[in-house]
Amino acid sequence: MRSLFEGVPARAAWGLVCVIVLLYLAPLVFGGYVLSVLILCCYLAVLGQAWNVMMGFAGQLSLGHALYIGLGAYASGALFFHFGLGPWIGLIPAFIVAGAMGALIGWLGFRFGIRGVYFALLTIAFAEFVRILFDHWGWIGGSSGMFLLVQNRNIDMDAASIANAFWTLRGPNWVFYYVILTGMVACLVTVRLLMRTRVGYYWLAIREDQEAAQAMGINVLRYKLLAVVISAMMTAFGGVFYAFYNNTLYPESIFSIDRSIELLLGVIIGGIGTLFGPILGAFALTWLGEGLSITQEWFDIAGLKLLTYGVAMLAIILFRPAGLWPWLRRLLGMEERRPDA
Amino acid sequence: MLEVRGLHKSFRGLVAVNELSFAVAKGSIGALIGPNGAGKTTVFNLITGALRPDRGQVLLDGKDITGRRPDQACRDGIGRTFQVAKPLNDLTVEENVMIGALRAARGVAEARVEARRVLDLLAFGREATKPAHELTLPDRKRLEVAKALATKPRILLLDEVMAGLRPTETDQMVEVFRRLNQETGLTILLIEHVMRAVMALSGHVTVINYGSLIAEGPPDQVVRDQAVLDCYLGQEAD
Amino acid sequence: MLPIEFYFDAAIKGLLTGSVYAMLAVGLSIIFGVMRVVNFAHGEMLVAGMFGAYLVFVTLGLDPILAIPIVALVMFLFGVALQRGLIDRFITAPEHQQFLVLIGVALILTNGLDMIFGPDARNVQVPYAFASFEVGPFFLDNVRVYSAIAALALIALLYLFFNHTLTGKAIRACADNNRGAQVVGLNVSRLYAITFGIGAACAGAAGCLLIMVIDVTPHLGADFTLLAFTIVIIGGLGSMTGALLGGLLIGVSEAMAGILIQPSLKSSFSFGLLILVLLLRPNGLLGKRSS
Repeated sequence: MRSLFEGVPARAAWGLVCVIVLLYLAPLVFGGYVLSVLILCCYLAVLGQAWNVMMGFAGQLSLGHALYIGLGAYASGALFFHFGLGPWIGLIPAFIVAGAMGALIGWLGFRFGIRGVYFALLTIAFAEFVRILFDHWGWIGGSSGMFLLVQNRNIDMDAASIANAFWTLRGPNWVFYYVILTGMVACLVTVRLLMRTRVGYYWLAIREDQEAAQAMGINVLRYKLLAVVISAMMTAFGGVFYAFYNNTLYPESIFSIDRSIELLLGVIIGGIGTLFGPILGAFALTWLGEGLSITQEWFDIAGLKLLTYGVAMLAIILFRPAGLWPWLRRLLGMEERRPDA
Repeated sequence: MLEVRGLHKSFRGLVAVNELSFAVAKGSIGALIGPNGAGKTTVFNLITGALRPDRGQVLLDGKDITGRRPDQACRDGIGRTFQVAKPLNDLTVEENVMIGALRAARGVAEARVEARRVLDLLAFGREATKPAHELTLPDRKRLEVAKALATKPRILLLDEVMAGLRPTETDQMVEVFRRLNQETGLTILLIEHVMRAVMALSGHVTVINYGSLIAEGPPDQVVRDQAVLDCYLGQEAD
Repeated sequence: MLPIEFYFDAAIKGLLTGSVYAMLAVGLSIIFGVMRVVNFAHGEMLVAGMFGAYLVFVTLGLDPILAIPIVALVMFLFGVALQRGLIDRFITAPEHQQFLVLIGVALILTNGLDMIFGPDARNVQVPYAFASFEVGPFFLDNVRVYSAIAALALIALLYLFFNHTLTGKAIRACADNNRGAQVVGLNVSRLYAITFGIGAACAGAAGCLLIMVIDVTPHLGADFTLLAFTIVIIGGLGSMTGALLGGLLIGVSEAMAGILIQPSLKSSFSFGLLILVLLLRPNGLLGKRSS
């Protein structure tokens, strides 16, 4: 606990606790539409946090993170589809498959000295390559998709049924909301703690200057691989959630580059390399998108939503290039004190 | 302590380091000097594994460490600074040094204590909490030394850490290295253009030009060497 | 046709389409080579070019090949304005910021076109759309042949521009050594604007050529950005000959994959090739080796 809040001003800590408690209470007030948007926010925050580990903290650009969503979703989805195994068991192969794929791409890329844009392109190429393979892989349904059986949307409100709903991830939306919200908080805590350890500082060193990091005794390849693997696993968790929440999986949509881009926009908008940037960015962009959807329906002009979305993104990057969170943090006086200040 | 034997490196046919051999004795301060482009930094890069020699050996305490990666060289006990300082810009000075200290420390807390010790040693005052990108050039040079020192090296390779410093700052820096050398027995090899620092610090000077050894010996003797004078002639003195 | 002729036929079609791909990729390559900016809106600019050619065709009845000067000029001005107004501020910014800026531009272009033209596929039917040359056992579509010739001619023109005009040489100097170019008094910002304009014009011109072969919808952009990117990496970033070679290679490999394996697997061929090139020759087939 101590190192979790070390250096954080008291009011920032209380503010954070309040926000989290409010988020946990949200299903008591909101249902239906709002809840489904909140689920989307938390889901994107999880993916954003995962991408942020790799790019924001370890400095390795990936534009193919949809690959890990897809692998996570298909690993757990296929187990459920073929053997009836639930999501929490499916999480294990999801972690293994995504982690192994991350390690493979990282190892190939870093060993051959591929950096920056070139590495990013390698990640896209792998995502696209796997997408096409999955399109032609009959066991998981190929391009015609895989559908998970939806059942008991409404459950009895006794302890056993609720526990069962959480265990099988079959139930009403608030079950999914609590799972993804807890996942988001867990990712936040994990990354926060990680960034206070040797691993976290080594990532920062590698991000800032690889040669300097190496000269200080850091095995750059090992720590970069670790970043990719951890990031891939966190993303795969999002993928497992996606599979059981959406129940329909198409390679074309799940591995699509649009999905890779969607998950990183929030991070850049929120503040890359910060803990709350991915969360703030995910909430801001999702609600912006929803608001624009409604406006678009009013005006009934196709494309208006995404056009405005693009303009909003340009505006943010022009006026707050470091993202919203560093600016908001200063505004609220919640900047972290350096331990020695 | 550190010995290079027949070290050779060429880039696309251009010889940068030519069959170079020299040694730095344990507990001594050696200097590697030569005109611009003589191949001094390349020698450092070969010793620390940033570059792989075409042939030749690098020995540390008699152990062959040729071709080890830079991080392995660091763990073997070789600390280095870069000619163009490489601060971790977005981190504070203290975090910079702490990351170096993590090499030998068990954990972050211990590394932070070590970092403060090194920062005190190099007389970093209030700058310690500044982000590294706000530092002035002399401070960046000092940070470079602090990062390397924090890794607890047995031998420290300094690449022009005095360049751009004012005379008083040079004297302070010289004093720090002298004390480190005397009190902790740290072996130092420095590349330096500031001759007053070389004269003040080192007991043994190695002079190279076009990658080849042209003279070595005590500093006062080397500066009178005809070959050395020749290679610096026509070259603007620094 | 004999089986062997069947392959030849596919290869020739691939080469013809590949020339147009090369035209597109050259633009991306020039922009990256000079400014070190990856134009993530390149495919969207191509789509804008396609709609431009379509518009010229339905209003003026002009053949898309003849529309090239008009469309390329408009795209050039668009590129210059974009560089001047927006991208110039991000020249030295971290990669991810540049990426976001261009993704923003891509979103605006795609959805702007969607708002204007709607999501339906459009095409241009030139009078010679169904005519073909008969060369031995092969039938070559006129549209493909004409567009390939136009693409190669334009690439040759660009080559002349970069090697034999002052501005072209100055831009190349910028690419080789930015600082040096500034020191000798070149107006780097102006040259960057011209470069981005040329890159956009290449995409626009490629759009004019492509509209004769395929239908256009506003959302085609991302795929073509990826395609151009793949070609450029395979050929070698910053090398015009590399982009040409990469374009032809991808064109042929797509065409061959289309008949050898399932057509839907054809792009796995390009991505497989891309992965191999990245791993074995990270600087591309014709890229400069950096030490």
